[in-house]
Amino acid sequence: MTDASVASGRRGSLFARKPWLAAILLLIPPMAWLVLAYLGSLVALFVSAFWSRDSFTGHVVHVYSGDNFHQLVTDSLFRTVTLRTLGIALAVTVIDAVIAVPLALFMAKVASPRVRLALVVAVTTPLWASYLVKAYAWRGLIAPNGPMDWLTGGHALGYGLPAVIVTLAYLWLPYMVIPVFAAFDRVPDSLFEASTDLGAGGWTTIRRVAAPLVFPGIAAGSIFTFSLSLGDYITVQIVGGKTQMLGNVIYGQLVTANNQPLAAALSVVPLVLIVLYLIALRRTGALDEL
Amino acid sequence: MKFRGIKKAASIVAVLGVATLTACGSSSTTNAESPTGHNPPDVPMLQSLGKGEGELNLIAWAGYAEDGSDDKSVDWVHPFEDQTGCKVNVKYGATSDEMVQLMQTGQYDGVSASGDATLRLIYGGDVAPVNTDLVPNYKTISDFLKDQPFNSVNGQMYGIPHGWGANVLMWNKAVVKDAPTSWGAVFDSDSPYAGKITAYDSPIYIADAALYLSKSQPDLGITDPYSLTEKQLDAAIDLLSQQKSTIGEYWSDYTKEVQAFEAGSSVLGTSWQVIANLINADKKVQVGTTIPTEGSTGWSDTWMISSKAAHPNCMYEWMDWITSPKVNAQVAEWFGEAPSQTLACKETSDPTFCDTYHATDSAYASQIHYWTTPQTQCVDGSGDDCTDYSEWVTKWQEMKG
Repeated sequence: MTDASVASGRRGSLFARKPWLAAILLLIPPMAWLVLAYLGSLVALFVSAFWSRDSFTGHVVHVYSGDNFHQLVTDSLFRTVTLRTLGIALAVTVIDAVIAVPLALFMAKVASPRVRLALVVAVTTPLWASYLVKAYAWRGLIAPNGPMDWLTGGHALGYGLPAVIVTLAYLWLPYMVIPVFAAFDRVPDSLFEASTDLGAGGWTTIRRVAAPLVFPGIAAGSIFTFSLSLGDYITVQIVGGKTQMLGNVIYGQLVTANNQPLAAALSVVPLVLIVLYLIALRRTGALDEL
Repeated sequence: MKFRGIKKAASIVAVLGVATLTACGSSSTTNAESPTGHNPPDVPMLQSLGKGEGELNLIAWAGYAEDGSDDKSVDWVHPFEDQTGCKVNVKYGATSDEMVQLMQTGQYDGVSASGDATLRLIYGGDVAPVNTDLVPNYKTISDFLKDQPFNSVNGQMYGIPHGWGANVLMWNKAVVKDAPTSWGAVFDSDSPYAGKITAYDSPIYIADAALYLSKSQPDLGITDPYSLTEKQLDAAIDLLSQQKSTIGEYWSDYTKEVQAFEAGSSVLGTSWQVIANLINADKKVQVGTTIPTEGSTGWSDTWMISSKAAHPNCMYEWMDWITSPKVNAQVAEWFGEAPSQTLACKETSDPTFCDTYHATDSAYASQIHYWTTPQTQCVDGSGDDCTDYSEWVTKWQEMKG
């Protein structure tokens, strides 16, 4: 018997005598991560949003004030950029849902197992490539003398807001397709058959039987597409032309202006938007199954 | 998939958290001095050189500390390590603002700071005065780079000049037939090149607009593009807002600028000589560059030593190494800027290099308004009613909308 197996044997008997010990050991890493890294950083973020800073050296001054939040509400720049960012996130989510639903339906219910596997691989493959590579690929694709220009006879998308929406929709599509696919996959074929047997047409079956069952999947996917779009600031720098998103303004305040307190206050905005989005989804009942 | 997304979201939040935590950390380690722009905090200066500490942590512009990984023949880090025994770790800073932030952590020994970062570092107490007697190569550095407002205070040097260059006006020769001679070319609202004009994506670009206004609208009374009153700043912002309608995109990453010119999405705008060299070397398009009649903004970089440097002797060795004739020539040629070391001009592989970059031409150098940090206490000494950098940032963001 090797030393290692002796040791594991002893450990095994220890855990057998004290099962709570194993539970604690198992839970410590994830709980520590959750409390320290996740909640702790959120608290630090929120607290620092009330500080101010020395305008010249950029050092944070620990004097509490609500000035940052006051500026957040009164400055029209922040309102404009927040609305634009929200619009982009919603547009990306809708586009991804519209593309994902028929694709996922085909993958789950129509395609043969071999085609299904091929499609799952095809949908997830882009996730293996670097985010930057994909964004720069789009930059090349929609450039004035690029492939899209050539294909459409001089009607390339060009850099700007539409390019941002299309690129983000492309980047986050797998995050929508996979949950919707899983949701369709969970709907038993017998339900479709029963619906047809009871006289419903294809469209009615999809609308009355499949849609309610698949909606939680779309909701789950939309959380990803919505929150990822809301926080993005790199794609817009690559294909956005002159536009800026909330992430750019936060980055500008954090790094360029070195105004960490104001950046922290601004970071609360997407956080609040995501919480509101989750509450709205919860009201529809889409989160009951999660 | 779900797990992946949540983890990503969590890590983004965590990164933000860490950033704020570091903010607390750095601020609590420095004294609560309140810099008024009059006198920097009292930081001791190294009096005598000791033995190297075996390690050196630098913040540098990309291209300033090459170790052969980009191009095998471009390596001045390994010879330095062999000679001094100081192992070099380099962190590249993307912008001046990022460099200031990194230096405030106190984890680095030195930085290649541009003029728009130096004063913030000096008055923040993040860098120490430099004992130029301990840097033998300092003697032969171009005189017009010594004791400048952006690298010294009250006659005390806070760093060793590294090199300098101008922000040039660049154009695609195939598209823009008549070589422009004025910055007016990028501020013309009826420009035939509207939609293909580019500008530098940083609040410091406000100075370019101010420089143009100082010549085109003398009534505004702008004498120094970094010393702007509220009214002058607003005029510059108005000009930039008007320019925005003709801009295709802004650039801050120089590879993006190279790509934009090669793809033809930008044909005219502000640039660096090194970018023009890269584009012309690729031979996809040909570009021309000029310093327009109004003069130009530019950078002058200085190696500075951290006030909390853990390896001060190695940092002094580095400052002397990087300004030694041979190495300074190598850096200047690789990066595409004028070397600070006058003796470097004999060491360049291209014998005309220093002429091309006007390295020892003080008249040319005086046409350049070097990046510096705007502050309430006007940087040109004209008063205390100037707008500071944070105001520039806010106005810049509002202009972009």
